[in-house]
Amino acid sequence: MRLSGARAVVESLKKEKVEVIFGIPGGSTIPLYDALYETSKDSGIRHILARHEQCAAHMADGYARAKGVPGVCTATSGPGATNLITGLAVAYMDSSAVVAITGQVPRQMIGKDAFQEADIVGIATPITKYAIQVNSASAISETIRTAFLLASTNRHGPVVVDIPKDVMYEEVDMDYAENVKIGGYTVRSGEPHPYSIKRALGLMIGSERPLIISGGGVIASKASEELIRLAELMMAPVATTLMGKGSIPENHPLSLGMVGMHGKGEANIAAEEADLIIAVGMRFNDRTIGKMDRFGMNAKIIHIDIDPAEIGKNIRADVPIVADAKKALSTITARLSEMGSKRGESEWTKRIRSLKESFVENYKRENKGMSPGRLMKILRDVIPKSAIVTTGVGQNQMWAALHFEVLEAGTFITSGGLGAMGFGFPASLGAKVACPGRHVFNIDGDGSFIMTEQDLATAVSESIPTVTIVMDNRVLGMVRQWQCMFCEERYSSIDLGKVPDFVKLAEAYGAEGVRVETYSEFEKAVRKGLKTELPLVIDVPIAMDEKVLPMVPPGKSLKEVVWFG
Amino acid sequence: MAEDTRAELSIIYALVEDRPGVLFKVTSLIRRRGFNIETITVGSTEKERVSRITITTRGDARIVEQLIKQLDKIPEVMKIGELDLNDTVFRELAILKVSAQDSAKRQDIYNYISIFRAKVVDVSKDSLIIEIVGNPKKITAFLDLMKGYGIIELARTGIVALPRGGKAGHD
Repeated sequence: MRLSGARAVVESLKKEKVEVIFGIPGGSTIPLYDALYETSKDSGIRHILARHEQCAAHMADGYARAKGVPGVCTATSGPGATNLITGLAVAYMDSSAVVAITGQVPRQMIGKDAFQEADIVGIATPITKYAIQVNSASAISETIRTAFLLASTNRHGPVVVDIPKDVMYEEVDMDYAENVKIGGYTVRSGEPHPYSIKRALGLMIGSERPLIISGGGVIASKASEELIRLAELMMAPVATTLMGKGSIPENHPLSLGMVGMHGKGEANIAAEEADLIIAVGMRFNDRTIGKMDRFGMNAKIIHIDIDPAEIGKNIRADVPIVADAKKALSTITARLSEMGSKRGESEWTKRIRSLKESFVENYKRENKGMSPGRLMKILRDVIPKSAIVTTGVGQNQMWAALHFEVLEAGTFITSGGLGAMGFGFPASLGAKVACPGRHVFNIDGDGSFIMTEQDLATAVSESIPTVTIVMDNRVLGMVRQWQCMFCEERYSSIDLGKVPDFVKLAEAYGAEGVRVETYSEFEKAVRKGLKTELPLVIDVPIAMDEKVLPMVPPGKSLKEVVWFG
Repeated sequence: MAEDTRAELSIIYALVEDRPGVLFKVTSLIRRRGFNIETITVGSTEKERVSRITITTRGDARIVEQLIKQLDKIPEVMKIGELDLNDTVFRELAILKVSAQDSAKRQDIYNYISIFRAKVVDVSKDSLIIEIVGNPKKITAFLDLMKGYGIIELARTGIVALPRGGKAGHD
């Protein structure tokens, strides 16, 4: 079958079972959009017109995380492509399978500083798993197959496919390659090595105070069940990273919540007291481990990760296990069961319980005005456990991490690694498109939301009803908190002033907006959000002195938790 | 590139797919992970469309291991590893232009050239161009001697290396 390069792109995407593309057309992608138009009746591909390419990338990311399949975004050459960058960097840091198709100027104009030319492969290479330019139409189908393979195997990540405009017009025989080979890339089985399992079991059996730290890899490999089994067999408490939040239901008796800079006191102290740390699908980020040379000083460390380059990168593991989290955990739990090593109550479990109890009151502390912690608890009580929650970045994100209990793995979507403000709202739209039958709530801050609020237009015109809760303190709250705690209250450029009025802003886009002043109004607004057919923005005034506490100050070890700021 | 004596020299080899942009990916990764390259060479191999990259760097074993693991993640990298210095043939080539106006000095230079098995590849009235091949220490020693005569210009290639013995592909 002879067809245009652009049509070959669409046919290739169909082969990859792509159902949705998030993007904005432009000069270099006109042929692609023409092919999408041509096939719109029968391709089964829905195009969602974003209002900013960054949002298109975040939407594709939210879609990928919510659905567990690659999310696809597209942008034109030059500014369209460069606008994707923050979104791709988020996907890279959080190992999310995003495929971005960018237009490029025609081949004979590349390198001539043509109108809307940018070296997107060069720009994107450091923040993607792979970036490639297609130099002839005959390579399109193979390259797109490669892109999806790379994005969604081993450790997932974003891939850019850059296609010059004239390549999209070139005619080609469509022949979709199922088997592609790229250099030395092999799809790993993810099976753990028997020897490392044996050594890990040795440490596990010998430990008295085991702690599991679970990361995003556990969610990516859908290993929650195995994680919980391991925790219960060993009676080991489970702390999570931000990315691993929800990998164990946070109301589980062995759940300690998040560990790290803004982690829970009990999780941080447990990390200091443990004699064995079983780290699964996590990478010992600085925000997780506090002072690097103090972390796990009293513990042996077993590190399970699918990416061999993570082993020994930040923390030296006593037993490294390069494996898929699900496969490693199921092997370990099977062996532990065979050995009949099921533990009961111990000094350690008692210690953990008393730690948790000792901090209960600390989390309930309230200042004047509405307490973020209590708002999170109300939200949790009202929305179903299958509801997906996305977050912005900053205090809002950390309040959600500390106080919103995630009860199902994969229902908490946040920019953990890059920490990109503006992520939450477009990610909520992507998640809602992926799972239209589920409720999607975005917990955001005023500073964060304003970075991407223009895509309320997308939400309204494409009928994507998500609910955004703006924790509205009229300042860049996390920076203000640091300036308060570490700069002697010299508040520098954090005041966002009185504008905008978020209710009117929502209404200007044809969405709904509501401002709440009390807990009961908040609860009512959240309930309204469960029924809304329009995107809803709930503006929640928060006192600017509200801090995220506890906190481990930068450069301190995890036990140096500060409870009062 | 000045030789650094702070840490042990490591030679890393990578066999990569010969595609546009691969060298960029390798060097960009080395830069952004904060590693320091002493030399890097790229060239063809016995296999079509496969290039060999040889990188020398200095750092402790853990840093080198980390660099190798990061580089191994580049999809075009087909094979990568560290060469054992005791079991590797490695060579570098340098060409240098040395000032040689005075005939007595010129004679001294010829003597050194003969001792080091270097070669004169160009002669002019007041200078020589010398080519020297060998391990980098030998080259550095030769250059140190030549400094006294005035090195006008110098170009070094960086190291290429192969493991000793009959096997190919570093198996």
